[in-house]
Amino acid sequence: MNLSWRHALSVWRRNATMYRRTWRWNILPNFFEPVLYLVSLGVGLGAYITTMGGTSYIEFLAPGLVCVAAMNGASFEVTYNIYVRMNIEKAYDAMLTTPIQPVDVVAGELLWAMTRSCMYGLCFALVVAAAGLAPLPQALWVLAVIPLTGLLFSAIGLAFTLRIGTMELYSFYFTLFLTPLFLFSSVFFPLEERLSASWLWVAECLPLLHPVRLARAAFHGQPSATLIWDVAYILVLSTALVAYATRLMQRKLTQ
Amino acid sequence: MIVHLSGVTKRFGGRVAVDDLTLNVPSGVCFGLLGPNGAGKTTTLRMIYGVTLPTSGEVRVFGMDAARHVRAVRRRLGVTLQQNVLIETISPRANLTVFGRYHLMDGADLARRVEQLLDFLELRSHADVPVNKLSGGYQRRLAVALSLMNRPELLILDEPTTGLDPAVRLALWSRVRELRRGGTTVLLTTHYMDEAQRLCDVVAIMSAGDVIAQGAPEALIERYLARETVELDATPEEEHALLRGLEESPPRYRAGNRTMLYTDEASPLLERIRKRPEFDDRAMVARPTNLEDVFLALTGTRLEDDP
Repeated sequence: MNLSWRHALSVWRRNATMYRRTWRWNILPNFFEPVLYLVSLGVGLGAYITTMGGTSYIEFLAPGLVCVAAMNGASFEVTYNIYVRMNIEKAYDAMLTTPIQPVDVVAGELLWAMTRSCMYGLCFALVVAAAGLAPLPQALWVLAVIPLTGLLFSAIGLAFTLRIGTMELYSFYFTLFLTPLFLFSSVFFPLEERLSASWLWVAECLPLLHPVRLARAAFHGQPSATLIWDVAYILVLSTALVAYATRLMQRKLTQ
Repeated sequence: MIVHLSGVTKRFGGRVAVDDLTLNVPSGVCFGLLGPNGAGKTTTLRMIYGVTLPTSGEVRVFGMDAARHVRAVRRRLGVTLQQNVLIETISPRANLTVFGRYHLMDGADLARRVEQLLDFLELRSHADVPVNKLSGGYQRRLAVALSLMNRPELLILDEPTTGLDPAVRLALWSRVRELRRGGTTVLLTTHYMDEAQRLCDVVAIMSAGDVIAQGAPEALIERYLARETVELDATPEEEHALLRGLEESPPRYRAGNRTMLYTDEASPLLERIRKRPEFDDRAMVARPTNLEDVFLALTGTRLEDDP
């Protein structure tokens, strides 16, 4: 069944309607989080580190943390929130009494998760910019990296959500998947410098590494050919996972 | 025919939910699908609005193949699911607006329809109260209102009044009748026989995935039983003694020590019972035969029992 963008948008608007009631309270912590990270790690820990990756530690840290914010924004939405909408509130069962099709549900939900992801990422980026850590204009490229990060982690999380039968498994997703990504994807230290040449491919498998490299290149104004690989990785993996999630959604909602 | 199913079978793994079912719903009627839980009612409805695909057979709605023209079919029908699906934290008005957008309604047309339905289902007094603060009756009416957003030609109601208090049931029934008068075809499932009898022009009794009898409620009663029912406590021996000597023994049904005797004219039978001293102090009821009796006679199970 072909995607209908207008129906997908009505799914997006459902979520937006609900979010609009609480956005003031929802969005506020997004500004505090970066401040806490930058002060603790950038200023505190950074005082003991002269340079990292050729810059001050806080400058090294800032672009990676923007990606982490975008990753988290998408992940909360496509895990618990979608699980509840699908399995507890049965919202999709109601949608499927209208001309909405499973493929529209997937598109609408991904669009919404990316919207949330962009809100998180942009809030973080604004604070970083206000702190003078985002050299303009080149740092503006991060505006393209944030939605890509959102797309990637929305697709991963949605596929996971459609595979699991119980919410308990999310603790694995967060503790054994997202947290290690957060810690090892070159956000806090350049991973490739700590790995021997024969293990570099492991780093390339980590999904978060690619957005982080893109964001850092944007902030530091250092384009390179590797970035094409990073963008390709994000787009190809996202496309494959979205196709897979669409199939799972179709199977789950129509029998 | 608004809905036409022919030779439809649906299997879930090894379980047969619907078994070679043929069903026709003519335009403009209120059609009741009756049967116990597990008879295949909900699966049949799901195939009609195209979320369940038949294993074999053909489902046509508005003359279109329901599996192939899903969007076109669903544009013209509305479904009230067995369980209310409402957004709990927002008001009925906001729920209706969100649902209207699923049908791509927008602007003045959407706003007008929302207001119409707030009036039609008497929700106006609570239009802006969050749904989780509403009583079950209001929530059910809102669920029905949602399924009417797109002005459907076919309204599908899956157990519309299960668990509702009598006043709310009466109110909902009157809305359904009004819709039918306005030309909407209504297809409902229920296991309440009084509901079917009051509301439906045609009923189809389902058991184990197939329709075992179909017709107007009164016609079914006359075809399978008789107009009146005498219900009394009697052992099989007492019943035998009571009926001995009758030219034709009436159709009857026994559940434990309770027996039901069906007859077109109850008074001679009542007379007979009164003459026998052993029935002096027994509880006895004479009442019109209803669809529940037809169901018992046809399937040997009570409608509200699980299979």
